[in-house]
Parts: sequence; structure tokens; C-alpha cells
Amino acid sequence: MTSSLALSSTTFIYALASTFYIASFAFKKQALAKIGFYTLIIGFVDNTAGIILRWIESYQMGYGHAPFANMYESLVFFSWTVAVLYIFVEFKYKESIIGVFVSPLVFLAIAYASFDPSISTKISPLIPALKSNWLIAHVITCFLGYAGFAVAFGFSIMYFIKPKDPASPSIFAKLPSWELIDELTYQMVVFGFLFLTIGIITGSVWANSAWGKYWSWDPKETWSLITWMIYAIFMHLRMMRGWHGNNLAWVSIIGFIAVLFTYFGVNYLLSGLHSYG
Amino acid sequence: MKKKQTIPELIWQFFCSVKLTVYTLILLAATSVIGTVILQNGAPQQYLKLYGQGGYNLIRILSIDDMYQAWWFLSLLIILCINIVVCSIDRLSVTWKIIFPKKVSFNADRFRKLKNKITFSGNKEISALVKDCEAVLGKSAGKIIKEETDSGVVLYAEKGRWTRIGVYVVHVSIIFLLIGALIGALFGFKASLNLDEGATSDRAFLSKERVPIKLGFSIRCNDFDVKFYDTGAPDEFKSSLTIIENGQESFTKDILVNHPLRYKGINIFQSSYGQSRSSSPESIVIEVMERSTGKVETHNMKLGEKVQLADGQSSFMLQEYEPHFDFKGNNLGQAFVGTIKDNDGKEIMVGLPLRFPTFDKMRKGKFAVAVKEVEQKYFTGLQITRDPGVWYVYIGFILMIIGCWITFFMAHQSFFIEIEKDRDKAARISLSGTTNRNAQGLKLKLNTIVKKIEGK
Ligand code: HEM
Repeated sequence: MTSSLALSSTTFIYALASTFYIASFAFKKQALAKIGFYTLIIGFVDNTAGIILRWIESYQMGYGHAPFANMYESLVFFSWTVAVLYIFVEFKYKESIIGVFVSPLVFLAIAYASFDPSISTKISPLIPALKSNWLIAHVITCFLGYAGFAVAFGFSIMYFIKPKDPASPSIFAKLPSWELIDELTYQMVVFGFLFLTIGIITGSVWANSAWGKYWSWDPKETWSLITWMIYAIFMHLRMMRGWHGNNLAWVSIIGFIAVLFTYFGVNYLLSGLHSYG
Repeated sequence: MKKKQTIPELIWQFFCSVKLTVYTLILLAATSVIGTVILQNGAPQQYLKLYGQGGYNLIRILSIDDMYQAWWFLSLLIILCINIVVCSIDRLSVTWKIIFPKKVSFNADRFRKLKNKITFSGNKEISALVKDCEAVLGKSAGKIIKEETDSGVVLYAEKGRWTRIGVYVVHVSIIFLLIGALIGALFGFKASLNLDEGATSDRAFLSKERVPIKLGFSIRCNDFDVKFYDTGAPDEFKSSLTIIENGQESFTKDILVNHPLRYKGINIFQSSYGQSRSSSPESIVIEVMERSTGKVETHNMKLGEKVQLADGQSSFMLQEYEPHFDFKGNNLGQAFVGTIKDNDGKEIMVGLPLRFPTFDKMRKGKFAVAVKEVEQKYFTGLQITRDPGVWYVYIGFILMIIGCWITFFMAHQSFFIEIEKDRDKAARISLSGTTNRNAQGLKLKLNTIVKKIEGK
């Protein structure tokens, strides 16, 4: 098997998993969500295999680097981190219905990586600046952070569609309790924040060892700091000002827009040292 | 009537609010965007072209061309700093007694009213149940406080009181970061130096001001190497540098991208490379044609080198490199100068301008010399920095990770169990708890404690 085969099948399996989750929600069939969950796990295993194979292939080609070196590889890894985080949450809280809001993100990231013609899927050699063990630590932590925020974003959407009246006949009345949504969103933000913090820190330490400057206000750096500040605001609003519900969900959504801009916008619209997210 | 507040009190209150934190952070986040959209540290012409005279004036007044060092941006950071310090002092004076109490005590009535209270019954003697509860609670939390009441026994235990200090660790880490940045800005520098192979320098050029700065020692570039992938992209570049101090060679080290040299607080990084323009080339391929036979011979030469020519008697010597070769008052640009020594001992000077390869043919001598190829020397592009604040920043980094971990994943949890006699050989047990964060996690924990007690 090759990595490209593994990763294209992963895209397909994730699509299937999303479909099961959505169908389970739409037709109120718990069993479909269970199937969705197992499908997601299979997709995740396939995704893992794809990443490992790609890593091996890069060695066979003589380049020998971890598969975090371009936009394609980063998107594949992004899907992976969101998937692993979500699987953990469903495993712990046993609320399969929330998968409706997360599994499409997992699918979209890898689908975008495969189908956007401007994204090259080739394994390419590393430029000298990226040849460092810090690359792996930096990329993994940043992407765990992004994944936390992505899942938090998925959960935030629930605030806007769950009816306030518990007796409502809408299918959205079945969503988890407000308390749990609140708690889950917060846990995901906290998780994302910790890893974004470590991601920014590893990036700084790396920059210091590669260029002698731990911070140079490069657009990507600046945008990751902006994102960090938005989520710091989120936490202070929640803990010190007692914000909850919709208002706080808006902050989480703004934060995720900042994540997306840090990830994609900076590459397409601004210039800097980073070759991708 | 409310007492009128003095000015210092008002200032203290201003810096004591979390609203200020939120507003400052919002301002910082919003203004940071500007610097990613508007070119930083560009030349005046670039701004004039993009924004016109009016726009450029505005940019100058607000220092937007270097906004992360602008007074207003730094002021926001300083406000943030004062905000954290004042808030922390204000809150710590209260929290300190909570974090380090003289004696841990608890209010039983408060726990009896908690919403997360779980009540269940045990079919054992009270004394046996109390023992079970003590064993479980002692394992899950910590030291137990036991009190007798009119109707039974209450147990209290807690864990993680110290974790309340976590947020202060995070906030202190931010102070460390800002202090480190300040020290770096005041006492550090960032400079660059392009050093030809073989050349030595005791100074570098500040990146922003473009003025030279003394390093306190000299750097010599012995050699530079660049390797390419078969795709043509650079794979690795490497410079061999020797540090020379007081005229003596101190040591030699190879530096690569990501593998710098650090010496006496100064960091030397490989950042770029190029073909040397100022100094003489490494090797030159010379073609000599004997006019009478038309035979051509090729020599790979260095400056100062002499070769025997085909007739066995004449010789050619490559003497020097001229960046501006002058021929009858005309500047012919880069050229080499050599001499041909004839078999009769006569020496002829020949000029070999690079732009005119057939120049020497026009001399119509016995031999015509031409330069086929010049292998230029490289220069290595070094980035040279000094930042004495970096250790404060690193301490800040470590404190921030530790502090976030404590704040996010640990909590101060208290547990309360009341065991009351119900009937003969049976008792009612109530368990409740408080936490300063993650109520959901506490709920799960209370459930496990119940299961453990029931399982005894
Ligand atoms: C970005 C810079 C930050 C500023 C300016 C800031 C400022 C403040 C201020 C002024 C307070 C209220 C006063 C106090 O309780 O000490 C506060 C509270 C708090 N901050 Fe921050 N903070 C920052 C970053 C963070 C970060 C990164 C975290 C995440 C770990 C954090 C977590 C908290 C928490 C948990 C509280 C509540 C404290 C309590 O419950 O007593 N802060 N912050």
C-alpha cells in the first residue's frame, strides 16, 4: 500500500463517517451514530497509516523528513488531530450526537487537501531552515492547539441551534444539556490554548536557535499571538466576568476565524517565513 | 455615605479591573493586525507609492512603519504589565489566606446544601461505615478532618489547595516575558555580515540602522559549501568559521542553518550565501590559442599561477584581478591581467576583460588568451545577534507552561461526607464536594467515590 492510496481512502471513510453522524441526527437513530463512531475510528487508523507510510516514503526518496513539511501534509495532519481529539471526547463523555458538529471538519480538511488543485501532494525535500527536530515538536503542538479550537468551534455552533425551550419538538432539542455544552466547549478551548501556547513557545525557541531571534513579528507569528490573545480574552471573560452561553460562543467563533486566518489567510494574503500553517 | 476616593486609590482601582485586561488585550490583538498588513521597516518611497503623501505622514506620526516598537504599542504592553501586577497584589492579599490557611476548616452547612450532593444508604454499623469512608476519602483526597455531630459523623478532606497559585504563575510568566523583551531591546542587537571565503571581520552591521558594530573578536570564514538536492533546491549550507581573539586563533567551528555558533553571548547564524563580488575568484579557466597552428589549450588556473605554453618555451602567468579594467581611458569592467613571457624573454602584458572574450585576439600576438570561465568565491551571509534578555524569556516560557497546566488540569477540590444513623444497622451517607474549577470533573469523581464506598 502507498501513502496516497491510504490517504485517499481515508478521505472517503471520513466522508462516510460524517454521513452516518448526520443521518443519525436527522433520523434520530442512535445506532447510526455508533456506526459513525466506528467508521471514524477506522478512518483514523487509515489516516495514521497514511502519515506513517508517507514518512517512510520520504526516507526511501532520500529526503528523510517527518510529513509536516507542506500544506498538503499539514492538512492531513490537521484531520488526524481533530479526529483523535474528537474520538477521545466521545469516548469520555459518551455523547455521540456532538459528532455531527465535528466529523464534517475532519472530512473537510483532508478533502480540501486532496481536491484543491493548488495544493501539491508531492513529497518534496526540506529547505535547510526546516531541518530541525523543533519542526516536529512545533508542528504537533500547534496542530493539537488548532484541533482543540476546531472542536470547540464545532461545539459552539450548538449554542445557536439548540432551542431554549426544552420541550421543543425540533430535532435539535436532543442536543446535550447546556451545562455539558458549556463545559465541553471550555475544555476544548483550554486544551487548544495549552497546546497553542506550547506551539508558540517551541516556535520561538526554534527561531532563536535558527535565526537568533525568538520573536520577529513575522505575520504568522503575529497572527498566532492574536489568536492566543483572543482565547485569553475568552478565558478571562468566562472566569472573571462570568460570561456564558451565546456571548462566549461568539468569542470562540471569532477565535476560530483567527485560527483559520493564521493557518490559511497568512499564506495566501501575507508573506513571511512560514511555508504553510 | 460613600467615602470620597483619593487619586492613588482611583488609579489603583483602574489597574485592578479585569475589564481593563480584556480591553487592553482586545486593543493589542486588533492593532497587531495592522503590522501584518502594512509593510514594516520599509523605505519611505515604498510607503509613498502605496499610500501617497497623506498616508505616509500618518504612518510616520504613528510609527506604523515600525509599529511593534511604537510608543503606543509599548504603552499597551506596559498597561498590561501594571494591570497584572496590581491585580495579582490585590487578589493575592485575599487569596494568600485561602492558599496558606493557618488551619483548614470547613462549613458543614454549606456542603449540606450543595447541588451535587449524593445520598445513599449503607447497611452496616455506623462505625464500620465511617471506617470505609475514611479509607476511600483518604485515598482520593488527603488528610481527613473528622467531627462528631448530634446525629452522626462528618468527614472532610481536600486536595490541591496549592493549585490556586497556578494563575499567578501564568501571570508572573508574562511579566518575565516582557522584562526579557525589554532587556533584549535595550542591551541586545541584531546584525548581519557577509563574509567572503578567506576574509576576516571584527564587526557586523546592525540590521535596522545599517551601522557597524564591534564584536569584540574577529570572525574568519575559512570555507563555505552549499549542497543541492537533485531538484535544484538548496539542501544545506555550511560555513567553517574561525574565531580570532587578540590576534590569536581561538577555535574553529562549522555552522549550518539551525546549528549556530555561540560565543561570549554573541550568536552567529548561517542565514544566506552568495557569489563574492569584491574579492578575487577561486579559479579561472583560461584558453590559449597559438595563432600559427590554431591549436587551443585550456588551463585551470589560480591568481599568481604560471603555466608553460604549447611551444614548450613560452609561459603565461595570471597576475591579478581588476574590478575596473582601464583600456585607453575606457572602463571595460571586470578583467584579469596576465603576462606572456616569450621564448626570447620578452614580457607582454595582456588584459582579459570578462565582458569581451575576444579582446586579446585583437592584439594579434603569437598567442591569444581568453577567459572561458570564472569560478567565483562565495560569501557566507551571517546573522549575528546578542540578546541578554533571552533567559528571562525562557524562564517565562517554562513558567507559562507549568502555570497553564496547573490552572487548566488541576483544581482545589473539597469533599464532605456525612454519615447519619438511619435505622438499626443502617445509615444514610451523603457525599458532596466543591471545586474551584471543572465542576463536571468533580461530579465524575463524586460518583467514583460513591461506587468505592459501596463496594467496600
Ligand atoms: C495575556 C496576558 C494576561 C493578562 C494581562 C492577564 C490578566 C489577568 C488579570 C488582571 C486577572 C484578574 C486578577 C487576578 O485574579 O489576578 C486575571 C485572572 C485570571 N487569569 Fe489572567 N491574564 C493574562 C493571561 C492569562 C493566561 C494565559 C491565563 C491562562 C492560564 C490566565 C488565567 C487567568 C485566570 C484563571 C484568572 C482567574 C484568577 C482567579 O480565579 O483568581 N491569564 N488575569
